Amino acid sequence: MKPAVPRASRSQLAIMVERVIEGLVYICGISAIIFVFGIFFFVFKEGAPFLAKLNFTEFFFSKEWIPTSSVQPKYGIGALIVGTVSVTALAMLIAVPFGLGAAVFVSEFCTGKTKETLKITIELLAAIPSVVWGFIGLSVMSPVIISVFHVPVGVNLLNAALLLALMSVPIMVSIGEDALKAVPDSYREAGIALGATKWQLIYRVLIPAAKNGLLAAVLLGVGRAIGETMAVLMATGHAVNIPDSIFDPVRTLTATIAAELGETSHGSPHYQVLFLIGVVLFSITAVVNLAADFIVKGIKRK
Amino acid sequence: MTMNKQINWSIRAGAVATLAAGLLLTGCGKSDSSGGAASGSKKTVANIGSDTMVNLAAAWAEAYGAIDKSTVIEVNGGGSGVGIKGLINGTAELANSSRHIEDKEKAELKEKRQLDSKEFIVGFDALAVYVHKDNPINEITVEQLAEIYRADGKITKWSELGVTSIPGGKGDELIRVSRQNNSGTYEYFKEAVVGKKNEFKLGSLDMNGSKDVVELVGKTPNAIGYSGMGYATPSVKKLKVAKKKGEPYVEPSIAATHDKTYPIARPMYFYTAGEPAPHVKAYIDWAMSDAGQKIVETTGYVPLPKK
Repeated sequence: MKPAVPRASRSQLAIMVERVIEGLVYICGISAIIFVFGIFFFVFKEGAPFLAKLNFTEFFFSKEWIPTSSVQPKYGIGALIVGTVSVTALAMLIAVPFGLGAAVFVSEFCTGKTKETLKITIELLAAIPSVVWGFIGLSVMSPVIISVFHVPVGVNLLNAALLLALMSVPIMVSIGEDALKAVPDSYREAGIALGATKWQLIYRVLIPAAKNGLLAAVLLGVGRAIGETMAVLMATGHAVNIPDSIFDPVRTLTATIAAELGETSHGSPHYQVLFLIGVVLFSITAVVNLAADFIVKGIKRK
Repeated sequence: MTMNKQINWSIRAGAVATLAAGLLLTGCGKSDSSGGAASGSKKTVANIGSDTMVNLAAAWAEAYGAIDKSTVIEVNGGGSGVGIKGLINGTAELANSSRHIEDKEKAELKEKRQLDSKEFIVGFDALAVYVHKDNPINEITVEQLAEIYRADGKITKWSELGVTSIPGGKGDELIRVSRQNNSGTYEYFKEAVVGKKNEFKLGSLDMNGSKDVVELVGKTPNAIGYSGMGYATPSVKKLKVAKKKGEPYVEPSIAATHDKTYPIARPMYFYTAGEPAPHVKAYIDWAMSDAGQKIVETTGYVPLPKK
């Protein structure tokens, strides 16, 4: 705040009020940071006592997750990490082409009623609660997958990835469409004036111009997929297993926390390990976001 | 059940009624039950023990709040051993146990408090083995189940159980459906089938509820799973179970649970130290009455034989 030309009409009170409001806005601004670090701190604090006893190689690379054994508990989350990564990757493989394709279609090809109907329907897709998705996976898609693909079990990697793809497509479409809409119309006009076809215009002009926004759309979808819990708990099969094919059941980090935290005793090793899994998840998301940030910055520099 | 779980479901049954009466004395739920409580104040019963029974105990406590407003039942899990230890230390008035009291524990109670334990059977916990309704198999032994579910068990294919083709099934693979590793059902199945010293074979589909197990088995012709007897649906089939080869296969039923011929079933007990106080006795009687046994049935367990 530069002290501008003092105005005689401003009372002391008005200045005070402004200071207070400034302070409040500042707190709002940094609150997100405080919350993020606060949450990380508390999650870490609950899990930290176990770090001393933790065998890191076993923790990250063993696929033996037997936390409630009365003989020798084993805390290997290797299979769970593979589960989370594979479900998310397959979901993105399905969702990115559909999501971005739909964004381009809605933004560039649709007009009037079709556009409005499509937008509303896609947003409705985002409003379906994840437990409903999980139920659809368990009781509708599972028999379909069994009979279409001739596999013995229908709750598997593919089932969960399809659900996650359906759940993240609406986010990608709405954010992707906003990004494309933000490209100035002069770009389109210039492209058409140069004789570009619609495809050339989209591929050569609009997508590069909206790159950052589209990347943000994809990453928000990835975030949704990694963090999803209820649907994957029901649709992956929740089996501690390293998949050989997309028809094998798997188990994710989030679903493990959700299924087991409720009934473990406060402060037990099992409880602490579950919080460490929370820290691992947090780190994965942080890495994804940071990577995105660097990519966006790299694009800008060019 | 040696696990040190701490499910803290303090059910302050009747608190709402007290509030309505304008007494606002819910905070006084600590009044000692052994001391003759003055009329109007609340008596608390510390009800600790088995994790298998904690859902049932909580449902009982909640329903009892509407019947006797002057008694508050505080339910806590922790395991059968924790409940009986509570009787010995005097921190529990009523212990829930899914196993028989051990002689050592009886002696300890006698030594510390000069009291004999008193036992009440309040219901049964019976697990049925479910397969898809189209699966031709009808019978299985506990030994075979152990081979299927145990970490070093040999059976991974239906053909090893003599099932060569399942209508609607794909391939020979046997899909094991289990429960999440801290449920009471998981613990009991481990104890009764897999063996306490053994581990489950990893890679089973660990469902998050008794209903989900049956739901999944009903949709998956290649699957086998275990769950409470009361969860059967038209799309699944309950197998007859024998202890080992050569012994008779027994249909899972309430009658077979009562005459102890069905192998994956056990009684659930209440224990008290000496004669229960009148208000505790009233609660036990109510739990064993038709009204209490109705709750046993609705929570998925097997009620006592009708008198």
